[in-house]
Amino acid sequence: MKNKSSILTVLAVVLAASAGPVMAADDGKGKELSGRDIAFDNKKGNCLSCHAVPNDPKAVAAGNIAPPFIMMKERYPDRAKLRAQIWDSTQANPKTAMPPFGKHRILSEQEIDLVVDFVQSL
Amino acid sequence: MKRRLSIFLGCLLVVANIGAYASPEDDRKALLKHYKQILPNVKQADYVLGALALNPDAKEQYDSIMMFPPFVNDVDVGRELWEKPFKNGKTFTSCFRNGGKNVAGSYPYFDNGVGKVITFENALNACLRHNDEAELKYGSNELGLLSAYAKSLSDGMKVNIKVEGKDALAAYENGKDYYYSRRGQLNFSCAICHVDNAGKFTRSEQLSPMIGQAAHWPEFRAGTELVTLQGRFRQCQKNVRAAPLEYNSEEYNNLEYFMTYMSKGLPMQTPVFRK
Repeated sequence: MKNKSSILTVLAVVLAASAGPVMAADDGKGKELSGRDIAFDNKKGNCLSCHAVPNDPKAVAAGNIAPPFIMMKERYPDRAKLRAQIWDSTQANPKTAMPPFGKHRILSEQEIDLVVDFVQSL
Repeated sequence: MKRRLSIFLGCLLVVANIGAYASPEDDRKALLKHYKQILPNVKQADYVLGALALNPDAKEQYDSIMMFPPFVNDVDVGRELWEKPFKNGKTFTSCFRNGGKNVAGSYPYFDNGVGKVITFENALNACLRHNDEAELKYGSNELGLLSAYAKSLSDGMKVNIKVEGKDALAAYENGKDYYYSRRGQLNFSCAICHVDNAGKFTRSEQLSPMIGQAAHWPEFRAGTELVTLQGRFRQCQKNVRAAPLEYNSEEYNNLEYFMTYMSKGLPMQTPVFRK
């Protein structure tokens, strides 16, 4: 019984977290996170860990494991293809270093959409 | 005739299998070749320096810190543990050949009697056990500091790991599989960073090559924070959001066995500073 109620609590927390809009966790004002915020946050997308963003002055101390984000519209004219790459890039390349952000629920579907928009704008 | 033919074919198959089989030595040579290609300017002996070998400024800072290491007092605590007589009057020196000098580079080894990998920490605890003393807890600061001093007696010794016999090979292969398997929410294997992307940067941290990684432990991070090799395994696993294993688990010991074999022939640097 105790087990059941704790499962319910976990469920309630998970539902509450996934139902509402994407909020900044440690920001009391409840500001919605932009695609850029999610991409840069090292607890969220942490894209800068591997990708540089040459045209964004805030994108400092970026890694160089993966290609820089430039001319993304030309490189990924098909939005669905870019989204699939972020959702699970092992599909296109089994040896990739990139975490499967959708498949492993590192980001929510909504967060991935925001990141796709941001990355495509670069 | 038919039988002779099948025996002949069977022999051919065996020969083909031997040809395709990669021994630990083949693995090590293939890895050396890989690093020579992606890090052509790093001398083999410098792999022990890890990412420091790739960054002259960081190496210069390291050299000046190592002139007066901030962790001398910590290593002294380890020395006291090492020299303190057991209740029977003996000390740790009685358990190791050569009084414990230039021995640590032969660990881990595979013990056919017990059928498993024996790490240097296991040998320290076995010494306590044989002398009717209480063993030290794996992952404890005490065992870490004791190993830091005891390994300092082997500073400069060349890593000399042997993989002999099918059980030893199975432990080695198990450690190798662990190194190359993806795990955790972030889906990384050790090899994705330290084999495929060695020398590249994740944020501002440069990734060290795997060869040399097992030859310089324990480390003192940021001056005096003791980190053992298996403690580092746990940190890495937390970074990729995988569940870290227990200290001295069979998987970690096998992983340590595999990784140390890959550092074979390199001079140990123990203990060292890392930022």
